[in-house]
Amino acid sequence: MKSFLLDGERISFEEGETILQAAIRAGKYIPHLCFHPEFRPHGSCKLCTVKIAGRQSASCTRLAAEGLEVESETAELNAERLLLTQMLFVEGNHFCPSCEKSGDCQLQATAYHLGMTSAHFDHFYPNRPVDASHPEYLLDFNRCILCSLCVRASRDVDNKNVFALAGRGIATHLVVNARSGKLGDTDFAATDKAASVCPVGVILKKGKGFSVPIGSRTFDKKEIGEWVDTRLKERT
Amino acid sequence: MRENASQVLSILEKYGKSQSSLMQILREIQEMEGCIGPDAIDLVCEGLNLPRTKIVGTASFYSFFCLEPRGRYRILFSDNITDRMLGSEALLERMCGKLWLEKGKVSEDSLASVDTTSCTGMCDQGPAILVNNIAITRLDEARVDDICELVRSEVPLDKWPSAFFHVEDNIRRSDVLLSAQGAALEAALEKGSGAILDEIGASGLRGRGGAGFSTAQKWDACRNAQDPEKYVVCNADEGEPGTFKDRVLLTRQAERVFEGMTICAHAVGAKKGMLYLRGEYRYLLENLESTLRKMRLENRLGRRILGRNFDFDIEIHLGAGAYICGEESALIESLEGKRGTPRNRPPFPVTNGYLDHPTVVNNVETFCAAALIVQQGGKWYSTIGTEKSSGTKLLSVSGDCSHPGIYEYPFGVTVRRVLEDCGAQDPRAVQVSGPSGTMISDAEFDRKIAFEDLPTAGAFMVFGQNRDMFEVARNFVHFFAHESCGFCTPCRVGTSLLGNLMDKMHNGHGSTYDFEEIRKLNGILQSMSHCGLGHSACNPVLDAMKKFMPDYEKRLLHKNFTPAFDLDWALQAARQMTGRDDRAAHIERGAQ
Ligand SMILES: Cc1cc2nc3c(=O)[nH]c(=O)nc-3n(C[C@H](O)[C@H](O)[C@H](O)COP(=O)(O)O)c2cc1C
Ligand code: SF4
Ligand code: SF4
Ligand code: FES
Repeated sequence: MKSFLLDGERISFEEGETILQAAIRAGKYIPHLCFHPEFRPHGSCKLCTVKIAGRQSASCTRLAAEGLEVESETAELNAERLLLTQMLFVEGNHFCPSCEKSGDCQLQATAYHLGMTSAHFDHFYPNRPVDASHPEYLLDFNRCILCSLCVRASRDVDNKNVFALAGRGIATHLVVNARSGKLGDTDFAATDKAASVCPVGVILKKGKGFSVPIGSRTFDKKEIGEWVDTRLKERT
Repeated sequence: MRENASQVLSILEKYGKSQSSLMQILREIQEMEGCIGPDAIDLVCEGLNLPRTKIVGTASFYSFFCLEPRGRYRILFSDNITDRMLGSEALLERMCGKLWLEKGKVSEDSLASVDTTSCTGMCDQGPAILVNNIAITRLDEARVDDICELVRSEVPLDKWPSAFFHVEDNIRRSDVLLSAQGAALEAALEKGSGAILDEIGASGLRGRGGAGFSTAQKWDACRNAQDPEKYVVCNADEGEPGTFKDRVLLTRQAERVFEGMTICAHAVGAKKGMLYLRGEYRYLLENLESTLRKMRLENRLGRRILGRNFDFDIEIHLGAGAYICGEESALIESLEGKRGTPRNRPPFPVTNGYLDHPTVVNNVETFCAAALIVQQGGKWYSTIGTEKSSGTKLLSVSGDCSHPGIYEYPFGVTVRRVLEDCGAQDPRAVQVSGPSGTMISDAEFDRKIAFEDLPTAGAFMVFGQNRDMFEVARNFVHFFAHESCGFCTPCRVGTSLLGNLMDKMHNGHGSTYDFEEIRKLNGILQSMSHCGLGHSACNPVLDAMKKFMPDYEKRLLHKNFTPAFDLDWALQAARQMTGRDDRAAHIERGAQ
């Protein structure tokens, strides 16, 4: 089997696999947010950036190749990943203590993993109204990191196109498939894949607030690096 | 709306209800109705069998599409630094005052709106505006007043004085490309596709759109791609502020551009070509279409071109205000009717381009040069210019000089020579190749325009001694923030952070600590961004820091301490709300 080196360790891969896929399969964690093992990679958050032959490259979209020497756990890359995470925090409105997803949120867990202690940059405080029009689900756009996982899930698995990215640049935002712009007027259903794929606290089930107490949630029990590892082991 | 429904349907029919024509359909709807309203979107959803999310996602990406009414006259001021140097900001204010409206808002009677837009490519005859996407040049106070009068009396745009819309070519220096005569296509078809590639190879031609990739290698790779369905795309997005040479080529040499595309199609085996014309050049569309019709009539396009077993035709696709669509993979997405987001590469367009088929994307000037090379010989061409940069280059000269316009030089010309020729008096700096290029100071005026020294897509903006290079850099940073496609985190957030930092310094709140922040942002933009826009977004700031530090320093509040915020500044909103500006409504700096 072909292989490449990740931080000096040999990782084998199958033809067509990306560096991130192969790394995860081998039980190695490279920070990532817009990647999900069940969907085609998007390559937008850039958290998964690694260094190959002196140049940075997103490992979720970069195909593995024989003999590559890939650096990931370096002080330089983790410092850059930390900055990206801080950028995501200031871009939206993330008040973790009042968020239902706190403790289950991959953005928060990644921030802990990277040792984030402050937002560093000035907050943008964008004005993003909440959409509570759906009887079972709530959309709190304040926390959207534009990873497009819900877009891909709805389009590729649910065959619905409930979600899409709209606008441009810093004004990029999520829209739903209704003339009114309200989730309640779309064919979104609780059973949709898109209902469970959001890595942060945007797409939330109504009426089950804090059923698992803070302190016993996913990342309270497990560091994100280990968690991704187990999620994939369960799959294979 | 109901009476317009049938017109929307006929627009859909005209484009064969093809999803990849979404942009053109949206543009025609907007030209008819002033905006793309919810009823029209319903019809497009149904007609193209696309979900609403896709249509809204695409339409909202492009600055020129409006999902809500923007007034019967939508006026956009070109906001390049060269327009500002010619007084555009004061003229914008004057117009807002005369029309009784606020910048960025629609007047209460829905008559008009006035706002800014990125460089419209009229830097040699600014300040320029777009009215309902049609270019007006050489604005001054009198012209602003006339326009306000015409708007207030609701005179239709096609009844406005034609002088307003006159665009000069301003060709100041011609060399082999601009003075070329005769047709190239006949000679090319005579030679055959192998010989065409040989000539292009011998010429050493490199792309004129900025990156300077070998044209022969690109054509060769496309020709060798397995897929038999191939495309030729001409990149006429010309969005880099300060560049306008493609505008002039498309005015003067449209036929030669189309010949170049046809020659390329013959060489690589393509049947279809597309010209991606930036929305700002909408006024060129009718002329370009009629050139295409003429070429079809002469059997130089269409079926069995010049009696040979070779079919090829060209379509024009209009952009809608998005600089990023000049990046070739974003351009292809846009051609397919999508948001202009750069693709993941590899694969590259030469193997997986338009609709995933092998596609050559070249700049307008590259196609012109290719036509000339096939006509006159690659070897001959390679003797012009320098060893690594053969041939000539068109420069779009603007800014502080007496003769702005188009200058064609063999590669290797010095900056100093260009400055002399254009009548620049006592220049302080030149921005070569636009905001994503290089800012040079007078110490570097002996450097050469060439891929091996100062590579350029063509922009050459001259700044006199009285210009503040910090302000130049700040204008460019806002350009990048406005044009970032928003796909990747470092550029989407980083360019806005950079813009905020520059504004903070501009407002006199900067400190040396901010330089560290700028370097940090630059590092992450360069190493983590998804495409060239993000990679170069920090260039002007760093260049200006390196070469014109005093322009920054004079704005520093404290040289090594940053106040978290300025109390007096924070009271600004309260002062505005209460209409007060007396002494007691201020907190003195010393008192803080
Ligand atoms: C942000 C960005 C904007 C660009 N804008 C243009 C443009 O307006 N026109 C152009 O020809 N090339 C532009 N390019 C370069 C194109 O991606 C591509 O390299 C070029 O069209 C290839 O043609 P050439 O080889 O003839 O230069 C841009 C690239 C980037 C990264
Ligand atoms: S709602 Fe969630 S899944 Fe969808 S783009 Fe935003 S962060 Fe990603
Ligand atoms: S670098 Fe900027 S323009 Fe390029 S993909 Fe990222 S966000 Fe878009
Ligand atoms: S996980 Fe690779 S870019 Fe987001």
